[in-house]
Amino acid sequence: MSPARVDKQEEVKMKKSVILGALSVAGLSAGAAAAATLDDVKARGQLNCGVSTGLSGFSAPDADGEWQGFDVAVCRAVAAAVLDDPMAVEFVPTTGKTRFTALASGEVDMLARNTTWTLSRDVDLKFEFTGVNYYDGQGFMVPKSLGVSSAKELSGATVCIQTGTTTELNLADYFRKNDMDYEPVPIETNAEAQQQYLAGACDVYTTDASGLAATRASFENAGDHVILPEIISKEPLGPLVRHGDNEWGDVVRWTLNALIAAEEMGINSDNLAEMAEGTENPEVNRLLGTEGNLGEMLGLDSDWAQRAIMAGGNYGELFEKHIGEQTPIGLARGLNAQWTDGGLLYAPPFR
Amino acid sequence: MSNLSFVRTEMLPEREPPLTEVGVIGWMRENLFSGWFNSILTVLSVLFIYYVLSGILPWLISPTWNAGSLRECREILVAVGSVGEHGASGACWGVIRERWIQLFFGFYPSQFYWRPIMAFVLLAVALAPVLFADKVPTRLLYFSAVYPFLFPWLLWGGSIWGPLGAAAGFVIGYFVYKSVEVRVNSLAGIIAGAVTALIWWLVLFSPITSWLANLIPLGLEGVRSRDFGGMMLSLTIGVVAIGMSLPLGIVLALGRKSDLLIVKSLCVGFIEFIRGVPLITLLFVASTLLNIFMPPGTNFDIILRVIIMATLFASAYMAEVIRGGLAALPKGQYEGADSLGLNYWQAQRLIIMPQALKISIPGIVSTFIGLFKDTTLVSIIGLLDPLGLSNAIRADSNWNGIVWELYGFIALMFFVFCFGMSRYSMYLERKLQTGH
Amino acid sequence: MTSLTDPPKESFRLSMLIYDTRYRSMTIQIVALIGFLILVGWLISNTAQNLVDLGKEPSFGFLSEPAGYDINQRLIEYNSQSSHFRAAIVGLLNTLLVAALGCATATVIGVVIGVLRLSKNWLVARIMTVYVEMFRNVPLLLWIVFIMAIVIETLPQPRDFRGENPAASMLLGDSVALTGRGFYIPAIEFTNSVTATGAEEVDAVVGGSLDWLIVFAVLAISIFAIRRVRRRADRIQEATGLRPTTWYLQLGLLIVPVGIVFILLGAQLEYPALRGFNFAGGIYMRNSLIALWLALSLYTSAFVAEIVRSGIMAVSGGQTEAAAALGLRPRRVMNLVVLPQALRVIIPPLISQYLNLTKNSSLAIAVGYMDLTGTLMGITLNQTGRELETVMLGMLIYLMISLMISAVMNWYNNRVKLVER
Repeated sequence: MSPARVDKQEEVKMKKSVILGALSVAGLSAGAAAAATLDDVKARGQLNCGVSTGLSGFSAPDADGEWQGFDVAVCRAVAAAVLDDPMAVEFVPTTGKTRFTALASGEVDMLARNTTWTLSRDVDLKFEFTGVNYYDGQGFMVPKSLGVSSAKELSGATVCIQTGTTTELNLADYFRKNDMDYEPVPIETNAEAQQQYLAGACDVYTTDASGLAATRASFENAGDHVILPEIISKEPLGPLVRHGDNEWGDVVRWTLNALIAAEEMGINSDNLAEMAEGTENPEVNRLLGTEGNLGEMLGLDSDWAQRAIMAGGNYGELFEKHIGEQTPIGLARGLNAQWTDGGLLYAPPFR
Repeated sequence: MSNLSFVRTEMLPEREPPLTEVGVIGWMRENLFSGWFNSILTVLSVLFIYYVLSGILPWLISPTWNAGSLRECREILVAVGSVGEHGASGACWGVIRERWIQLFFGFYPSQFYWRPIMAFVLLAVALAPVLFADKVPTRLLYFSAVYPFLFPWLLWGGSIWGPLGAAAGFVIGYFVYKSVEVRVNSLAGIIAGAVTALIWWLVLFSPITSWLANLIPLGLEGVRSRDFGGMMLSLTIGVVAIGMSLPLGIVLALGRKSDLLIVKSLCVGFIEFIRGVPLITLLFVASTLLNIFMPPGTNFDIILRVIIMATLFASAYMAEVIRGGLAALPKGQYEGADSLGLNYWQAQRLIIMPQALKISIPGIVSTFIGLFKDTTLVSIIGLLDPLGLSNAIRADSNWNGIVWELYGFIALMFFVFCFGMSRYSMYLERKLQTGH
Repeated sequence: MTSLTDPPKESFRLSMLIYDTRYRSMTIQIVALIGFLILVGWLISNTAQNLVDLGKEPSFGFLSEPAGYDINQRLIEYNSQSSHFRAAIVGLLNTLLVAALGCATATVIGVVIGVLRLSKNWLVARIMTVYVEMFRNVPLLLWIVFIMAIVIETLPQPRDFRGENPAASMLLGDSVALTGRGFYIPAIEFTNSVTATGAEEVDAVVGGSLDWLIVFAVLAISIFAIRRVRRRADRIQEATGLRPTTWYLQLGLLIVPVGIVFILLGAQLEYPALRGFNFAGGIYMRNSLIALWLALSLYTSAFVAEIVRSGIMAVSGGQTEAAAALGLRPRRVMNLVVLPQALRVIIPPLISQYLNLTKNSSLAIAVGYMDLTGTLMGITLNQTGRELETVMLGMLIYLMISLMISAVMNWYNNRVKLVER
C-alpha cells in the first residue's frame, strides 16, 4: 500500500466515525494548526487544490473523471515539486461563491481558479496572490448579424454575464462611464450563458477574452460571431494562497516562476534530462538544482524545479497543450508571451 | 265467442341491456359523454392529448442511440430526413448512452459499482421488517440494527475495524448499563453506560482500531466522497439524512410535546427556525460557514457538511411528522400506559412510540421523498448530483447544446423513484386505515 | 377518631433532584439549558477564534458601501452606485413579488385541477392525475430550469420581430410580445400623474407608485362600501325574508369610482414597441421571472390540488344529501354547505404550501432571477467576501417572512375554525 493510500484510509475512517454520530472525534483529531501548510501537505502526501467547476481549457474533468487544463497544470506542478508526484492532487471544484471560503477555511491549500488579482482580495480578504499565470481582460462577443462593431454601440443591449466574478462590476463601471444603459442577465455557468446567447436571449456575452474565445471556438458556426475590439478591464489571473503563510506562498510562487523561467531559458520536457546533467549556464544549473541550494531555501530538495517542469512541461508547453492555437480554444500568446518576445511574462532571477 | 284473454304463464327471459348501456359504448356514455358539458370536455381532452403526443412522440423516436456527439446526431437526423423548420429535429440519445452510468454513479470507481448497488439493495432488506412487518420474519430486525454501520463502510470503504469499533461503543455502553443497573439503579446505569461509550469513542477508538487494522488488515479500498456523484449522491444524502434525522426528530417531537418549558421552547425554536428558512440557505451555511463554526483546523469535506445540514433540516420536518403521529394516538393509550404504572420512558418505549411511529410511516416516507427531491439543490453549491452533472456534460464540447434529453432523463429517474415511493406510502396508508 | 398526621417531613437530599418528580423536571430543564448554553458558547467561541485566525472582523459596515453591480428587475430605484443594503431590499421585493404571484396562481390552478380530478369524466380525471403526479414527483429545481429552457428555446427572440417579413409577430393587435427574453405587455400609464416630475422613467414591473396607491385606496373604499350594501341586504332579508336586488349597485360601486380616478389621472395604455436591441415601453416580465413564477405555481398547484381534493372528499356525503333534501340547488350546495366545511380542512395545509412556495422562490438563483438569494446572498457575498454576515442576515429575513405568513394565516385559520362547544 502506498503512503497515499494509507492516508486516504485514515481520512475515510475519520469520516465514518463522524457519520456514525461521534462528531467530536473528528473535531479533536483534526485539530492541526493551519499555519504551516507546507508541512501539512507533506504529511498528508496530497495537495488539495481548488479549481473551477468546469471551464474548458483551464479546468474540466474528462470522461474518466481526470482533471485537465491550464489551471490544473499549475496544481500538478506544485504537487510534483513538493511531493514528487504530479498526480497527488485532490481537485476541489469551487464556484465563484465558495472559492474564497474554501481557501480561507483550509479546505484547499491553494486556489488555481481564474481568479483576478485585485487589491481588496489581496488585502481585505487576506489572501496572497503568488503571481500571474494568465493575463486576461474582459471583452464582448456579439452575433455578426447585429452589425455592431464597437462596444460603444451597445446602449440598450441585453448582456449575459457570469455572476460571482469581477466581470459584473467592470460591466457596470463601463456602461456607467460611457453613459449607456443595458439589461444585465446574470448567469451561473458558462454552459448556460452559451445556451442563452445562442438562443438569442441576450445580444451580447461578456466575460474574460480567453473565455470568449473558448466559447466561440465551440460554436457550430463560429464565423457568425465576432469578439469586439474593446477590452474593458485588466484581469491578471493567478494562483493564490492564504495570507500569513509565507513559506507556502513562496513554494507556489517560485514553482510558477520556475515554469516561466524554464521557457525563457529554453528548458522543456524533452531536453530536461540532458540539461539536468549540468550545463554551461549557471542560472539553468541553479534552477535545476545542480548548483547552489535554492531548493533547500524553499524547504524542498534540490530537484524540485526539475519535477515541476517534468509534470507537464514549461509554461509555453502547458499553454500550447491546453489553450494554445493548436487546441480548440485557440488562444494566441499575446500578453502572455515572454518579455523577450514582447509579452508580460517576466520571472525574477533564480539566484 | 272466443276467449281472447291472454295470461302469460311464464316469465319473459331477461333481455340483454341495450347496446348503448353496456360494453365499451355504455362505458363511454357513462364516463365520457354523460352530458353536453362532459362531451365538450372529452373532445377537448382528446385534442389536447393528440396535440401533446404529436409534438413529443416523433421527437422521442429518433435513431440517434449510437451517436458520439451532437454533430453526429444532427447528421443522422438529416440522413433519415427528420428535418424541422430549425434544422434537424429529434432527440439526441447518444448522450444518454454515453453518460447514463455517470448520471447514476458519478465518478465512483467503476470496479466498485457493486458496492453502492449492494448498499442500496441491502437497504431494502434492512427496511423490510419495518415496512412489511407482516410478511418478513422479525429476526431481520437484527440485520436492520447492523445496517447503519454496514452502509457507510460499503460506500466509503476503508478498514472494517472502523465501523466495528464504532458499533462496539454501543455494545460496551449497553453492557456497562446493564451491569450497573443491576447493582445500583437504572439512572446510574444510563450515565455510566453513556460515559464509557463516550470514553471508548473519544479515547480508545482510534488507537485500537488502527492497531487492529495493522494486525489484520481487512477492508475495502477507500473511496473519497468527492468521487460520489449522480443519482447515487442524491440517494446517499437522502438516506443518511433521513436515517440520522429519525432519532433527532423523535427527541425534538417529545421535547415539543413535553411540559418542561425550557426544553419545549428550545425544541420549538429549533424546529421553527429550520422550517422557516429555505434549504438553500442551509446549504450555503454548509458550503461557506460550517467550517467557521467548528474548532479551528477542523475540516469536513463538503459532502459531509451537506449531509450534516440536510440532517438538521430533515429532523425538524421529521419532528413535526412524529408529533402528528403522537397526536393521532388515542388518549386512552397514554392513560392505559399510566394506569399500568409505567414511567415516562417505559410508556414511550413500550406503548406510545411503536404505535406513533407506525402511524407516522407514510409521513416519514413523504418527508424522504421531499428531501430526496431537494437534494438537487446541492448542484447550486457545486456538487455533482444529476443536475450538476448535466451542466458538466453540457460543458463537454461533444455535447454542447444538449438540453432536453438530459433534463428529460433526469426527470424520469426522479419520477420513477419518487412515484414508486409515494405509491408505497399510499398502500401503507390504506393498510393502516383498516388496522384502526 | 383518627387524626390526620402530617406526612413525615423529609430533609432535602441531593438524590431528590432526580427521583422526586417535584424537582426532577426542574433538574432536566436546567441540565438542558446548561447544555444548550455550552453548545452556543462553543459555537461562538469557535467562530470568534476562526475569524481572528482569518483576520476578519464581523461587521455590517459593508451594507452601506456602494454595491457596484446592476440589477435588471428593480421595483424601487437602484443603480450600481446604490448601497449593498438597497440591493438587498431590491432582492427582497423581488422575492415577495414572485412569492405573491406564485401563491395566487398556484391557488387558482390548484383549485381547478383539484375539482377536475373529481370529475365524473374519466378522461379528464385521468389527465389531471397525470398532471399532479408529474409535477409532484420531479424536483422543483428541474422544473425551473426546464421551463426556463422552454421559454428561451421555443419562443422567438426580439430579432425575429425585425425586418420586412418578420419570423414572429406581436399578439392581440400588436399589444403583447412573447419573446424568449420575456413577455412584453401593455402598461397603464398616467399622463396626469400626481407626481409632477412624471418624466423619470421607472423601469420596473410596477411603476408610478403614488398614482397606483390612490387607485388602490379608492378600490379599497369601494369594496368597503360594497360590503356595507351586502350587509344591509342581509339585514333586510332576515327581517322580511326578501332579498333586495343589489348586484347593479355593487357593480357600480366597484367600477365607477375607480373609472373616475383613472380618467382624472389620464390613464392610457402604453404599448411595447421594438426599439434598438429590445422592445421598449409597456411592462417587461423577464424570462427568469416567467420561468420561476410558472414553475413555482405549477409545482405547488399539484400539491394544492391534492389538498383541495381531499378537503372536498372530507365533507361527508350526508351533508350534500341533506342540503339537496332542503331543496338547495347544486351550486348553492357547493357554496353554502360543502365549501365552507371543506375550507376548514384545506386552510392549514394550504398555509404550509404558501410557506413552501415562498421558501422555494430562493431557487431563483438557478435562472438568474435577482431575488434576495441572488443579491444579498449571491453577488454581495461574492463581492465583499462577508459570508457570515450576508448568510445570517439572509436567513433572518427569510425567517421573518415565514413567521409573518404563518402568523397571518393562523389568524385567518382561527377565524374560520369550527368553534367546538
